Amino acid sequence: MTTALRRRQVVEILLNERKGLLVVAGLGSTAWDITAAGDSPLSFPLWGAMGNAAMIGLGLALAQPARRVLVITGDGEMLMGLGSLATIGVQQPGNLSVVVVDNERYGETGMQPTHTASGVDLAKVALACGFGSARQIREPGELWTLRAAIHGAPGPHFAQVKVAAEKLPLVLPPREGGLLKARFRRALLGEEADLA
Amino acid sequence: MRRKESPWPDRVYKTLKAAGVRQVGYVPDAGHKRLIELCLADRELDAVVLSTEEEGIGLAAGAWLGGVRGALLMQSSGVGNCINALGMTRECRFPLLMLITMRGQFGEFNPWQVPMGQATPGVLSAMGVVVHEANTAREIAPTVEAAARLAFGGYQAVAVLIAQGVIGIKSFQEQASR
Repeated sequence: MTTALRRRQVVEILLNERKGLLVVAGLGSTAWDITAAGDSPLSFPLWGAMGNAAMIGLGLALAQPARRVLVITGDGEMLMGLGSLATIGVQQPGNLSVVVVDNERYGETGMQPTHTASGVDLAKVALACGFGSARQIREPGELWTLRAAIHGAPGPHFAQVKVAAEKLPLVLPPREGGLLKARFRRALLGEEADLA
Repeated sequence: MRRKESPWPDRVYKTLKAAGVRQVGYVPDAGHKRLIELCLADRELDAVVLSTEEEGIGLAAGAWLGGVRGALLMQSSGVGNCINALGMTRECRFPLLMLITMRGQFGEFNPWQVPMGQATPGVLSAMGVVVHEANTAREIAPTVEAAARLAFGGYQAVAVLIAQGVIGIKSFQEQASR
């Protein structure tokens, strides 16, 4: 029996020295996780629109084919937008990765079990939808393979990283949507984005 | 002598291209059939078939984050699927251009289409989406052009409602034959 992975360490490994990586995070714990790893204008943490993180990633990946795009979201958020895995599978964006940090809980609302607690296998869903690679990850060593895929290998990639169900101190990103959008566009597209 | 005009979907396609739209998300509708075909045939455009309409709200948001203009095609029944996601569009001030073919509005044969069709303008308005109605084929393309200016120039969410009278489907048989 191995020790369960811890979400903040998982996200830290994936985002450490992220260079030009564009990151979209689902609302709740994964938004706090990416912020704990270091807030960046090239992060777009959601505070709402549950179920839409992967689709924002797809729109961004199609718009910026030369950049790597990573969606980090929770199991509850992914379950709400399961159809988006099929939509991404059809488009085959080679620069997009979707990582589900799976604690098998709705973490912000009282730690109620999600479908994954009953064995729903999101990696198999992603594989069936046409993702080039889709895996469940439980071992620390596999995170480095995942990191390499996110930062370089042709995708789309999917990973369901099983983590401990734990309540952690909140590390909050800015929450004003207009600010999050404007800072992202300026960092990615330059100041002329303000005039577009 | 007046030159014969091209069909309205062809004019809307040209309008979208002229407005710089490069991503089009859609859930098919009989009324959007021709426009979807034109988008799919265009290699400079990413035409993205969606599994549900709310995906298109996220798609367009991601496109704008990446510096690309998107448009979203659906029928009025799909508007209800978008409501919560439209909260993000408003909070972030994402431009959004929605082209919505109406059902449940004018000569509808399916009673199940009527509630959402009748509620469509009110639901969109309630979520802060500016609603433009196009009631004849001739006014659709100019309305889309104005809506695109308002969306991308004025950073607004704008929906063009294409009247059921323009689409003119009167029966299941007629819809199936299209």
